[in-house]
Amino acid sequence: MSALKITKGASSHSAYDLRDPHADVIETHTLAVLVDNESGVLARVIGLFSGRGYNIDSLTVAEVDHKGHLSRITIVTSGTPQVIEQIKAQLARMVPVHEVHDLTVEGPSVQRELALFKVAGTGEHRVEALRLADIFRASVVDSTLESFVFEITGTAEKIDAFAELMRPLGLREIARTGVAALARGA
Amino acid sequence: MTKTMTGARMVVQALKDQGVEVVFGYPGGAVLPIYDEIFQQNDIRHILVRHEQGAVHAAEGYARSTGKPGVVLVTSGPGATNAVTGITDALMDSIPLVVLTGQVPTFLIGNDAFQEADTVGITRPCTKHNWLVKETDRLAETIHQAFHVAISGRPGPVLVDIPKDVQFATGTYVEPQKARVSHYQPRVKGDADAIAKLAELMETAERPIFYTGGGVINAGPEASRLLRELVAATGFPITSTLMGLGAYPASGKNWLGMLGMHGLYEANLAMHGCDLMINLGARFDDRITGRVTDFSPHSIKAHVDIDPSSINKVIHAEIPIVGDVGLVLADLLAAWTARGRKVNRPALEKWWDKIDAWKRVNCLAYKGSDKIIKPQYALQRLEALTRGRDRYITTEVGQHQMWAAQYLGFEDPNRWMTSGGLGTMGYGLPASVGVQIAHPDALVINVAGEASWLMNMQEMGTAMQFRAPVKQFILNNERLGMVRQWQQLLHGERYSQSWSESLPDFVKLAEAFGCKGIRCANPADLDGAIQEMLDYDGPVIFDCLVEKHENCFPMIPSGKPHNEMLLGEASTEGAIEGAGGALV
Repeated sequence: MSALKITKGASSHSAYDLRDPHADVIETHTLAVLVDNESGVLARVIGLFSGRGYNIDSLTVAEVDHKGHLSRITIVTSGTPQVIEQIKAQLARMVPVHEVHDLTVEGPSVQRELALFKVAGTGEHRVEALRLADIFRASVVDSTLESFVFEITGTAEKIDAFAELMRPLGLREIARTGVAALARGA
Repeated sequence: MTKTMTGARMVVQALKDQGVEVVFGYPGGAVLPIYDEIFQQNDIRHILVRHEQGAVHAAEGYARSTGKPGVVLVTSGPGATNAVTGITDALMDSIPLVVLTGQVPTFLIGNDAFQEADTVGITRPCTKHNWLVKETDRLAETIHQAFHVAISGRPGPVLVDIPKDVQFATGTYVEPQKARVSHYQPRVKGDADAIAKLAELMETAERPIFYTGGGVINAGPEASRLLRELVAATGFPITSTLMGLGAYPASGKNWLGMLGMHGLYEANLAMHGCDLMINLGARFDDRITGRVTDFSPHSIKAHVDIDPSSINKVIHAEIPIVGDVGLVLADLLAAWTARGRKVNRPALEKWWDKIDAWKRVNCLAYKGSDKIIKPQYALQRLEALTRGRDRYITTEVGQHQMWAAQYLGFEDPNRWMTSGGLGTMGYGLPASVGVQIAHPDALVINVAGEASWLMNMQEMGTAMQFRAPVKQFILNNERLGMVRQWQQLLHGERYSQSWSESLPDFVKLAEAFGCKGIRCANPADLDGAIQEMLDYDGPVIFDCLVEKHENCFPMIPSGKPHNEMLLGEASTEGAIEGAGGALV
């Protein structure tokens, strides 16, 4: 064995190098992906993320061009700059993908999310919930004597903040759409 | 002129219009209408395999040895799931395949019907793209699109899932020329500025190296021709991955041999010590790079790849060039020629001096024996006795595969078929059948290990039926050699489940299949036995009993950089270690 120059403990004891070579700063990016609206396309995109170990923080999808059979997928993802570049390249090479835009780096963009909040309570809590909703420009879309359903639109951060405020006031349920985003300007 | 026909007939018509001559397949309930059409025509030859995995590997062998897409036809459910390993293999090695699967009728999909599987769901991550065709009118166009996707850009396997009622129903056939133009049109022309920059760097580089991969083979014979021209004109050294062997001839003067985990000492040290690395169609696989942070630390790296996602995936490239290797090579040659074809000749001479010193380590040396056949010796003799013949080699996976890559010389592209990315044991035998079907008169040899070979040995039946005179050259060490080697070196010599117990008598097995069996255990008899195999007009199973505990060297243990390589005991490394080590 000496001729082989094997030193104990020097090997990773694996057929693979198990250390993560890409430990680096984590960034969050919003990607807009224009895809053929065909069967299985969402599974394909999600499968890419799960299969290669990428993160999905938020995902929305809907048809945006009925005649052209095109859907727009908006993905909020996080990873090191190298991983973000990989995600974009991996998405772009998929057969049903027409365009991939990184709205985080391609100039200013607007990002909006819609959420519904069910808040139940009576007395002071109910008044306070209504007052805060007004400040956040949330509108009441359903009301009973003991509950409200608020509709709120804004950035993900604004919705997070609203959720924090509603929690002590009787927050029961939240439904969020995920982020929709467009680049600013023409 | 519109043609109306059944979906089943459309499949056969579409294959004919795509120029398909051979289909590898296995019938079953959900593809019977298509098999009925195959029965009623003579243009397309159907090769009946013995297992669907064999069909896909055979199609891979066909594709890799011809440059044309391989076509597979299998039934639903188990037919499709058995094909999955082969499809994944083709994806990892970028082999163009069109796989057609039968599916239960559309009205039964989702009912857990007999032989139903979610084929497009199962194969979604292991195909380049796949389609479930629910209308007969879309069938022809989908098959044409499938061929386009399989061969465009980075090649790969695609799958078209065809429910049985779609095969029976009548629809309108669309010819390839009339099919909608796909928006899938990958970029093939490299960026001119980046190519110009690379040409400029080539003039001043002191320690340049070409690092080539399967992309050169996939780019077609012209890419290999241009590569040879560029290497000859620059005088730069060249190494290749397992996948790229044959693009540059092994007899070429600038050839360093294969690089990587079991690559040659001189190739790996040259990669480690270079100052300009020109990667042509390789992907910095983990078997190539070793420890990424120490990979070729002092070089500027140019990376030519048709797949943008390969660039900067593992190793940062200062000069990324997205494009077809052949087209980029033509542009690079033109750009470099326009600048006067200059290189840094004095530095290059010093660089070659270093490389020649590394070569003198003689890293492939091994301890010979006149009592037992060393596997390396067996391959050296196979090489010597087949040199000069138009020879196609396939392999299984393991030690024998690495020895074949080290000891056999490949002079031309498309002559070397091996499972590189996925490492599929059981690949070589069916692949050899596929190669032989494509080249009936060529010499086709599967260099195998006995354990791998057993995984798809049923395909000897296919070889017999279709008179494919494939030579199965089995290096039989009665071990899972590579597993045993890792266990010896890394797992305290605890040989867990790595021996081949209860092996068949391969000569009797050959007789049972109706082919020729040869056994050889004595080095003195080896030449005669190999010659007997080569001279026999038909398939041969050659049981070559070799040293049981031979290790495959050189070896870079995973997680180690290129300059921390293990060499065999017979090499002369110690003699120049000081000097050699100081060179990088």
